[in-house]
Amino acid sequence: MICIVDYGMGNIRSVSRAFEAIGEDSVVTQDPEVILSSHAVVLPGVGAFGDAMANLKGLKLVDVLRESILEQKKPFLGICLGMQLLASVGYEHGKHDGLNVVDSQVVKLSNAETIRIPHVGWNEVNVRAGSQPFNGIDQNPNFYFVHSYCMTGVSEELITATCTYGSEFVVALHLNNVIAVQFHPEKSQKSGLQLLRNFVDFSNQFSKHLTQC
Amino acid sequence: MKARVIPVVLYNGQVVVKSIQYDKHRNIGHPVNVVRVYNAREVDELIFLDISATINNRLPNYELLRDIADECFMPLTVGGGIKSLDDVRHFLLAGADKVCLNSSAVSNPSLIRAASERFGNQCIVASIDVIKSTNGKYCVYNYVTQTSSELEPAAWARELETLGAGELFLNSVDNDGMMNGYDEDLIRLICESVSIPVIVAGGASCLDDFATAIKCGASAVGAASIFHFTEHTPIEAKRHMAQLGIATRL
Repeated sequence: MICIVDYGMGNIRSVSRAFEAIGEDSVVTQDPEVILSSHAVVLPGVGAFGDAMANLKGLKLVDVLRESILEQKKPFLGICLGMQLLASVGYEHGKHDGLNVVDSQVVKLSNAETIRIPHVGWNEVNVRAGSQPFNGIDQNPNFYFVHSYCMTGVSEELITATCTYGSEFVVALHLNNVIAVQFHPEKSQKSGLQLLRNFVDFSNQFSKHLTQC
Repeated sequence: MKARVIPVVLYNGQVVVKSIQYDKHRNIGHPVNVVRVYNAREVDELIFLDISATINNRLPNYELLRDIADECFMPLTVGGGIKSLDDVRHFLLAGADKVCLNSSAVSNPSLIRAASERFGNQCIVASIDVIKSTNGKYCVYNYVTQTSSELEPAAWARELETLGAGELFLNSVDNDGMMNGYDEDLIRLICESVSIPVIVAGGASCLDDFATAIKCGASAVGAASIFHFTEHTPIEAKRHMAQLGIATRL
């Protein structure tokens, strides 16, 4: 069962409804036991970085998420703020420690003076060839974005897609069992649902691989 | 960045309606059916407004909202009857991606700030209704009391941005439902006043109007009548805009 972590930051219902639409069972939870015993973890979220980390700390989920990702090596999907929280540090309204899974920082979109912020709406994503979560999706798909901050300093080999708004920035990454996207697949119509399906396939393959090891 | 085409669905507490100059409502159909059609047409986004909740001092219909959100695999902005931070939270929990505040932003501007700080400015859309007074001056219109206010639209737009609105939803009351084009001067005025995205509505009559509004500075075009009452569809609108050199999601 896929678990969707509810830490009080945003559109959890949309995410669970999208998994339902592709025929995949999911459970919305903030219970550490459920997270640690699930088959895959989805961390969605919209809102501010600092508030999100404070909520995760309040729910005692920081170590739980790190354990599920780094030790249990559960397939993990971070969406929007859920991607950003993987960073080492976030600079939204001050400096905040992240989950520190991906060596990177979260900063305001650059060239902010020349573009309208937040970056709201559909934008074209430049997918790097052979990137796992984009199987069966158009070469330059459109996804829905709602954000003012983005991840920076991500190691080049982890980057699976970028987008240009003001300047080019990372919108998808893949590190072992972790997939993360800055856009909202649950709100990106067919391409988005296909990406979630790909994550389900990825998590099934990954779990099988782990069992064989 | 793609210019968005956003159908605007107005709900009067019973059915979806379409107004002319914020009056004379015509029945369009059941809200869930209307939303389902737009989802099937893969529209970029949807704005759903309960236009009678505040007027009738009625609580928002969360059950209906959940049913609608369940049909939307695209972003959904919902407004009507939001008075408190708790209302915002309930709308978001019911499946809205963004909430739209209009009269409560005027009566209680601090709600915009509090909501933006609590839920992030990306989900707070501030709606401005503008009417032209008899002397040709633009004024912010209060749809609840049906009177124009002292607020000057450009100054109010800047104030809303400062308070923490992530987007503006700009409506021309004079052009609403008239199907004779957007108010281009108004769009330019507001878009030049703020640096957040502006969704414009009121008056779209033909496919060229959408491109014109975007060229005036709008990030997204909202429309109702043209989709309810003509053969034009949102995808056709976007194809036409693309032919005129405006990037859209096709």
